Amino acid sequence: MSKTETTERDMAAAGAQLSTAPKEELIQAGGPTLGVIGWIRWFWRQLTSMRVALILLFLLSLGAIPGSLIPQNSADELKVRSFKEAHETLAPIYDKLQLFDVYSSVWFSAIYILLFISLIGCIIPRTWQFVGQLRGRPPAAPKRLTRLPAYTTWRTGSAPEDVREAALALLRKRRFRAHPAGDAVAAEKGYLREVGNLVFHIALIVMLVAFAMGQLFKSEGGKLIVEGDGFSNTLTQYDDFRSGSLFSTDELAPFSFTLNQFTGTYETSGPQRGTPRTFEADVTYSRPDGGKKRSVIRVNEPLEIDGSKVYLLSHGYAPVVTVKDGKGKVVYHGAVPLLPIDNNVTSTGVIKVMDGYRDKTGKKQQLGFPAFFVPTYAGKGKGQMFSQFPGLAFPALNLSAYHGDLRVDGGLPQNVYQLDTSKMKPFKGAGGDIFKKTLLPGETMTLPEGAGSITFEKEIKEWASFQISQQPGNGLALAGAIAAIAGLVGSLFIQRRRVWVRAVRGDDGVTVVEMAGLGRSESAKLPEELADLAVTLHSVAPTAPEAEEADQAVEADQAVEADEVPAEGAQK
Amino acid sequence: MNLAAATNESLAEMSNVLVYSAMAVYTLAFLAHIAEWVLGSRSKVGRTAAALTAAGPAPAQVRVQVAQRGGGTAVLAKPPKVVTRSAAGARDVPDGPGAAGGDEKGDLYGRIAVSLTTLAFLVAAAGVVARALSVQRAPWGNMYEFSLTFSTVAVGAYLGFLVARKNVRWMGLPLVTTVLLDLGIATTWLYTESDQLVPALHSYWLWIHVSTAIFCGAVFYLGAVATLLYLFRDAYENTLARGGTPSGFARSVLERLPAAASLDKFAYRVNAAVFPLWTFTIIAGAIWAGDAWGRYWGWDAKEVWSFITWVAYAAYLHARATAGWKGRKAAYVALIAFACWLFNYYGVNIFVNSLHSYAGV
Ligand code: HEM
Repeated sequence: MSKTETTERDMAAAGAQLSTAPKEELIQAGGPTLGVIGWIRWFWRQLTSMRVALILLFLLSLGAIPGSLIPQNSADELKVRSFKEAHETLAPIYDKLQLFDVYSSVWFSAIYILLFISLIGCIIPRTWQFVGQLRGRPPAAPKRLTRLPAYTTWRTGSAPEDVREAALALLRKRRFRAHPAGDAVAAEKGYLREVGNLVFHIALIVMLVAFAMGQLFKSEGGKLIVEGDGFSNTLTQYDDFRSGSLFSTDELAPFSFTLNQFTGTYETSGPQRGTPRTFEADVTYSRPDGGKKRSVIRVNEPLEIDGSKVYLLSHGYAPVVTVKDGKGKVVYHGAVPLLPIDNNVTSTGVIKVMDGYRDKTGKKQQLGFPAFFVPTYAGKGKGQMFSQFPGLAFPALNLSAYHGDLRVDGGLPQNVYQLDTSKMKPFKGAGGDIFKKTLLPGETMTLPEGAGSITFEKEIKEWASFQISQQPGNGLALAGAIAAIAGLVGSLFIQRRRVWVRAVRGDDGVTVVEMAGLGRSESAKLPEELADLAVTLHSVAPTAPEAEEADQAVEADQAVEADEVPAEGAQK
Repeated sequence: MNLAAATNESLAEMSNVLVYSAMAVYTLAFLAHIAEWVLGSRSKVGRTAAALTAAGPAPAQVRVQVAQRGGGTAVLAKPPKVVTRSAAGARDVPDGPGAAGGDEKGDLYGRIAVSLTTLAFLVAAAGVVARALSVQRAPWGNMYEFSLTFSTVAVGAYLGFLVARKNVRWMGLPLVTTVLLDLGIATTWLYTESDQLVPALHSYWLWIHVSTAIFCGAVFYLGAVATLLYLFRDAYENTLARGGTPSGFARSVLERLPAAASLDKFAYRVNAAVFPLWTFTIIAGAIWAGDAWGRYWGWDAKEVWSFITWVAYAAYLHARATAGWKGRKAAYVALIAFACWLFNYYGVNIFVNSLHSYAGV
């Protein structure tokens, strides 16, 4: 065996196990020839290699892109529908590729599941390896310390044993794991780097598990509430409700709350006139133990009750109307929530009178009033019924009227904000057009032919819609996230490094001290640390009197191996 | 309470004047940097070539560093020297002499450029503060304010490196150039009147999440500049090592940059140091989203691209630990990662309809 070969092997041993990163194996193009088990092992080795982890990371980010450019069902189903209408040829292809549900698609799931299997397959052996490293000892000093990235030497009058002993004490004091090995002391420090790295990767798994738990057990529902009304947390009270596949309804926390008041303020002047400034919902909530409490829910400040969170989502107006029949009997009185259709809260909806109304002849009928509401009216004759400002500056309500059968009893679920006119007839105005009128607060619209009237009351209520959600696993996800950051910091900022101190008696009887350092990656800190250690050790074992020449001799020795470049210390 | 009334028009006006002044001073700094490069001598040219051709592919050379500690008082003999050498296989070439190339006149212009950059930074920072006071909130409510803060923080980080005596002066010209570009875009296309925030942005998380996001971006940017220059410089060194003749541009410009290994190391340190903070930024954003929108993660476009950026930087860190990916390939990954960050910032706000776009273009 040649000398260089021995040296190389020696160096490799010195650097061995300085991290737990998996060794890169050459990819065998043809795969293994060992049958099924051989194939499985081959596949497993590929999957848990750094290269494949890297590729999977790439694929994960690539795979996430389409979801940000193509509308997603999970975010906005309406947008998906209009996209599908606009792209008739493309849409079916996208549908097949699950591009409208990227993040729950088979292929996206496949990427991250593979990545996490790879991750687990990577962590387990690395953890064992690391435990082994903790049990074992730093490797003995390589023969030629001069070949290490940082090196220093001097000659001293102290005995080699004393120097080694001092070095051992010094290194241990600096919290190196150090032990004497032959004519040298071997030491290592910075194991926390590996701990940090493992913690980080494990934390990724914890976070994934937490997300999965959240998805499976979550529940989430929406509820629109008009000022003065309440909500209690049972399934039937929700306007819409979604839940994870393992959720059961008795997990709904028993609480209720009432919306006392909603307050919205808007920029009143300047270029951003109309931009919302504050949204606040003043609520009183009650807990199962009977206690009542008042609280304010804002856009960024959900209310937390018994592990459920109540978020303020949106708001709108609910004009109060009174409908009377031909005889003056009140058949409907109440606030009707209308849905905003633009930023200035122009709102639409339908006022439906289901029971109690009889026409002139005394026959039971239902009434429907398609409504347009604007909180700030432009004024009569000034264009359309579009609001000029989102606040209640000059409210107006535009109504038309229908009578007949609302078809609400047919069993089919019906949109409360739309009128099914298939069995309704409009009231006709004087000119034969649909009867229509714009009302200001307090005004009444009298239906033709003594069919009754509808009054737009002065009181205009607001409504707020809330999302009530319950998602277990959030605490776990947060803990995972914090652990991930802590692990990362340890992994990226802690250097794992080895130091060897060799002290032997030279031919002339003077002790030669050699110190060398090796890090996992090159770092400016390593030579500094070594210098620091050397200076301290040097104070115990100072340079022997004839050091000057000896020092030079060593330097000259090195110069044989490689050329020397003038001091570079000035430049980092 | 009428929050709009709180907006102080004259402060906003002042902020604008300060920003324009900063641009003027940056322009002067830009010119001074040009002078530094033009007047800087090229006498040191050939150092790299000499180092590479003399040593050839032979084992790495030995550098001598004097131990920095003077040692204890008791030590009379001179302390031992620490010798460093680069790892086996790594190319060991000296850093270039810098833009001034050791030329006194060039160096003078370089110093003037740094002083002007410092002045411009202070003026721009004052502009940011005035803007913040005028709106009485964190000055990160829209893209104009974001761009303003971004460039100011990037320059601040650069000056911080200079103060810490890191070898970063070579970055002056590219940085000032792009900062001018950024401010130009901000003032001409992204300008938004100073105003209050929409309610969804009203949260202390704005301070936490957005400030770290801007800081990460600014420092990632410095890393990206170093990475890009590394690619050029590395190609130059490769040409030399192969015995080829690099172009005149390479000989006069790239020669003055630090060695490819130094650039690469700088870029890695910067990216690695910022990565945990970027992780934190995303988590803070998720917590905020949990409060504001009722879900922590909803694959909104901004969230998606933050995630992509994060995964890309993770891939970069992995690439550096993977055989066959170190060096140029890892550098490409780093550039892609930064491109993702940029797209997240400009692209998503402009091209993609996102919940975040209410922040105003
Ligand atoms: C979910 C995907 C993953 C992410 C986001 C991720 C992220 C990271 C990050 C940010 C680092 C940098 C820390 C450092 O340089 O010390 C790192 C290091 C590392 N990762 Fe991953 N990782 C993932 C999956 C994996 C997988 C599947 C493996 C196994 C094949 C793996 C093995 C490693 C190793 C060995 C290191 C240490 C490299 C070194 O010592 O420098 N990681 N990872």
